Amino acid sequence: MKLTINGEEHAVDARTLAALLDELDYDPSFLATALNGDVVPAGERAACGLSDGDRIEILAPMQGG
Amino acid sequence: MLELYGTQLSSRLFLGTAQYPSPAVMADAVRAAGVDLVTVSLRRETAGGRTGGRFWELINELGVRVLPNTAGCHSVKEAVTTAHMARELFGTDWIKLEVIGHHDTLQPDVFGLVEAARILANDGFKVFPYTTEDLTVGERLLEAGCQVLMPWCAPIGSARGPVNPDALSAYRAHFPDIPLVVDAGLGRPSHAAAVMELGFDAVLLNTAVARAGDPVAMGSAFAEAVKAGRRGFLAGPLAPRDMAVPSTPVIGKAVFE
Repeated sequence: MKLTINGEEHAVDARTLAALLDELDYDPSFLATALNGDVVPAGERAACGLSDGDRIEILAPMQGG
Repeated sequence: MLELYGTQLSSRLFLGTAQYPSPAVMADAVRAAGVDLVTVSLRRETAGGRTGGRFWELINELGVRVLPNTAGCHSVKEAVTTAHMARELFGTDWIKLEVIGHHDTLQPDVFGLVEAARILANDGFKVFPYTTEDLTVGERLLEAGCQVLMPWCAPIGSARGPVNPDALSAYRAHFPDIPLVVDAGLGRPSHAAAVMELGFDAVLLNTAVARAGDPVAMGSAFAEAVKAGRRGFLAGPLAPRDMAVPSTPVIGKAVFE
């Protein structure tokens, strides 16, 4: 399945957002995720199914002014 | 004590967390400045990356409240979505709302700002809008649901200090009961003292401390300046006069002629 993750195309096996984070070696405890522009809370990632062509954003805390 | 959206803050200086020489220097500067509110942001994390987690752990160790921003957002949709991501990530409904209108000046797009503020306030966010000193825009932001206004005093990162103090004075006079925070453009402690003397409730700055020769010492200097400016305002500064007025009494002066 092909997904656009943080603006880049990836071919992945994962079928859910939680599985995707695991497959790509993310630490899920410090992330915010969105599917096609809508926030997916951490508790809903395991039930969040993915489809070919989905756009995923994976954001982390960083320094800001 | 300063109260914003029902939360009391002991310091009237808020610090950004970007551009320091190292995370350790940032942490020391925050401690030296005695602030209890810092701004943070969020960005795309690379696969396998852990930098965001390490930064977040450092902020948590500092024991300060965070104000996430929507820096770099140029559209209402972008800013609103980023705010939702920030609420999910940082666990706070406070958001420093930036909708940028120009790449070069980083001037806010005040039309988009009001629109985004209304959407977010209706969705339960406590919005801290980065705005200009325009009075009408300020009124629109209050109508949209903001309970704090954060006008710039000069362009972000410019270190120019208050370039239009008359407009800031008018802003203070026009919104006597609204918490006002000068956000952006401060370069030196004297700039912070100057806007606090005008009656602003707090200042928010980043670059002036982070890029100083000694950020930790500069954080402390700004903290003292903010306190001095606040005390000066409360003490009732003298209005400027056009002519000299002798400070030494002339009555009883000896006459030698």
